[in-house]
Amino acid sequence: MSNSYDANRWKRFDEWDARPLRHDQFAVEDPENGFSAFNGAADPGPGLKIENGKVSMMDGVAAQDFDMIDAFIAAHHLDMDVAEEAMAIPAEQLARMLVDMNVPRAELVRLARGLTPARLAEAVAQLNAMEIAFAYSKMRARRTPGNQAHVTNAKDDPLQLAADAAVAVALGFDEIETTMRVARNSWSNALACCVGSVVGRAGTLFQCSSEEAEELEIGMAGFTSYAETVSVYGTESAFIDGDDTPWSKAWLAAAYASRGIKMRCTSGAASELLMGYHEAKSLLYLEARCLCIQRGMGSQGTQNGGIDGAPLASSIPGGVREIWAENLLAVWLDLECASGNDARHSESEMRVAAKVLPFLIGGSDLICSGFGSILKYDNSFNPSSFNGEELEEFLVLQRDFEADGGLTSIEDASALDLRRRAIDALSHVLKDLDLAAPTEIMKRSVAVASGSNDTQSFAPRDVAVISDKISRQRITVLDVIRSLHRGGFVPEAQNLLFLVKLRVSGDYLQTSAIIRDGHVISAINDPNDYTGPGTGYRLTEARRKELAAIRNVLDRDEVLRREAASEPAEARAIEYSTMGPAERGTDPHEVVVGISPGFGTRIFRTLSGLPLSKVLKALRDGIEKGGGRMRLMRIRHTADTSFLGLSAARLSGSGIGIGIQSKGTAVIHQKDRLPHNNLELFSNAPVTNLDHYRALGENAAQYARGDLPAPVVVPTQGEALGARFHARVALTYAIETKMTENNASPETVEINFLGDT
Amino acid sequence: MPDQPLTTENYPLAETSPERVTGHRGKSLDELTLEAVLAGDVGMEDLRITPNALLQQAQIARSAGRAALARNFERAAEMTRVPQDTIMEIYELLRPGRTRSIESLQDTAQRLRREFDAPLLAQLVEEAASAYEKRGLFRNRY
Repeated sequence: MSNSYDANRWKRFDEWDARPLRHDQFAVEDPENGFSAFNGAADPGPGLKIENGKVSMMDGVAAQDFDMIDAFIAAHHLDMDVAEEAMAIPAEQLARMLVDMNVPRAELVRLARGLTPARLAEAVAQLNAMEIAFAYSKMRARRTPGNQAHVTNAKDDPLQLAADAAVAVALGFDEIETTMRVARNSWSNALACCVGSVVGRAGTLFQCSSEEAEELEIGMAGFTSYAETVSVYGTESAFIDGDDTPWSKAWLAAAYASRGIKMRCTSGAASELLMGYHEAKSLLYLEARCLCIQRGMGSQGTQNGGIDGAPLASSIPGGVREIWAENLLAVWLDLECASGNDARHSESEMRVAAKVLPFLIGGSDLICSGFGSILKYDNSFNPSSFNGEELEEFLVLQRDFEADGGLTSIEDASALDLRRRAIDALSHVLKDLDLAAPTEIMKRSVAVASGSNDTQSFAPRDVAVISDKISRQRITVLDVIRSLHRGGFVPEAQNLLFLVKLRVSGDYLQTSAIIRDGHVISAINDPNDYTGPGTGYRLTEARRKELAAIRNVLDRDEVLRREAASEPAEARAIEYSTMGPAERGTDPHEVVVGISPGFGTRIFRTLSGLPLSKVLKALRDGIEKGGGRMRLMRIRHTADTSFLGLSAARLSGSGIGIGIQSKGTAVIHQKDRLPHNNLELFSNAPVTNLDHYRALGENAAQYARGDLPAPVVVPTQGEALGARFHARVALTYAIETKMTENNASPETVEINFLGDT
Repeated sequence: MPDQPLTTENYPLAETSPERVTGHRGKSLDELTLEAVLAGDVGMEDLRITPNALLQQAQIARSAGRAALARNFERAAEMTRVPQDTIMEIYELLRPGRTRSIESLQDTAQRLRREFDAPLLAQLVEEAASAYEKRGLFRNRY
């Protein structure tokens, strides 16, 4: 024991300092310097003046003083038919309408077209976090929730991209997004993900985040089906620094649509702050401007909610509430919302899980605008809120809340089959189109690899060569379809054709469009119709079962199967003989051990894995060491530890008994005590070892002699209460309680240890 | 085909009215089969969205109350006539500081009207031109 009693700090602070949370750097609220979530020093008051059908003043700025953003919003966002009506409604009333299930979404969406950025921000700022979450769920555009994955790796290895894309599709992601470590690898990444994404089923949309011109070219070649890199900023200076204007972005929006490619914009809290041009305005007000621009330019949707600025936004008081609020603004403005939960905003897993919850339980068009389906180090964007590492946590959260997060569990075997299929398909295409010749070792290493550290595959230089060839030879998706077919990958060829055909009708250009079961669903044919309980998105029974079907779940049969596996060894170690009804004893040194109904008959190991024969031997040795004698009986009317112990004690000549359940929970009891007022309780079966059982026996013998021994302490960190045991405990106990019979008398049991036990 | 604008009832077009949808060279959705692709009868042009499809989607968007989205589809319909390189060239011109004078953007607008029958796009470029002039964007950036 160290003698640091002179420390000038409570040690708890050292422990707190060591937690991941303390890697997060929090910032003081400082509105003058842009560090304000809701109340910027220079946030304008809402207001709108219309003269001769034109905006003459908006949010305190006269038309002649408009910056580019004001001008664009006044010209393209504000709907003169509704502006005066909408702006006449006080923010408090708008806020109440947002959380009122009796006010339909359509009515609020109509009013939003006439609201200025400052009024929109003022209204959502009235809501507390819970109200924002509820309003989001009511206001989001498409009824059915979805999700988007990142598929990237640290080597830009195409084989791994194909395999990981196929897994992402199997997990149920509606969209997958890739990007590159090395910019020139874009064509290779696009081809690889494109092939991987059509293994298993058709309809997963795919994008390759790249330089604007190249991204459009890759789309034109048919490899990608959507884009979300059209970034928008809330101050004019940040916009210019980002090398664009609202008009250049509007031009791009039209460009994507003109090529039949789905497009959404990107914005999010704190990007202006990161870029140094915040104008002392709050995160929320600047984002309201961004979203009005996006609606105005005719983007069907947005990726917002912090995004790359999420860690900075979250360093400010109320920052996470603001991130939720800006997502709410997006859906109120009738935009598809890929609701962030993308770049990890904190090193604390609790903060991460807390932030995603409203979108998981309330749904979102795309809950994560980049769920890392790959490992953190393979994520070329940045580690996401959820990554390959935490994927099963998300699946379990879906199951816990019976909430559709868009994902479905995959099985061990099918995952490997899919990966091999994707790798084979891509390998064939690479060879067939004379792009590269993957070896068997490459393919096999990638199939089983969890991440690129485990692979022996293409080196970055090889990838650059592949990428250049695809681009130079002007390979298109049609070449890939034909190649897949030549290689016998017919379903994949069909799936890929299905995907590129979508662009001909343009159905998936409408708001919130994704593909489910071969059909486009969007805010038009699957609108969010929430108007209270029983409306909006509800799980079907089939989907509920799908969400419940995670790996490694336990049931009664499984418990019995596992126990049955221990039975033969126990049969070789111990013999139990039932000798008829047990009598009250007279020996003052005896300790009666009362075992539960299933002890050694159905259940053969304690929760800590000890064979029950060894436990009984330890108890006997301990009792004898304490100068006592063990008498064993099976209690048949109860399986409860206290009553097992008390029943044993009442038949004991010394008045001292031990009760023990088959799972190992034990008690020392005395015949005159109340049932739950025992002498010693051993409730931590999962951490109770043979030494503890021996000491338990010895103490019982000492009580029998009238001594007062030091109670046995089983050191615990709370393991016994861990979720790892509870299902098994409940199932085991239920097996025992089912064996009890009312008024059945205890039976004397004689045991004979066999072999070397 | 009736002149009545399409509505949300006509959505998705590919399912409710496949006969309205064709690729850029007039091939119907039914003709875009795997067999046709294998036979070399389908080119990327056949998989391009047509101005007509975009205008139909604009009508649907408008009937769903999304006029801004509809206007984007209408601009996109015009842009189907603009070659890729020209799209990127004009995009570049619209970025801040790429041109020193309002004239080049005004000329671009004229060209969009003249060469591509694209009045909506021309209008967008003209609007940008006057906003850039007002905000001093015709300045050297690098």
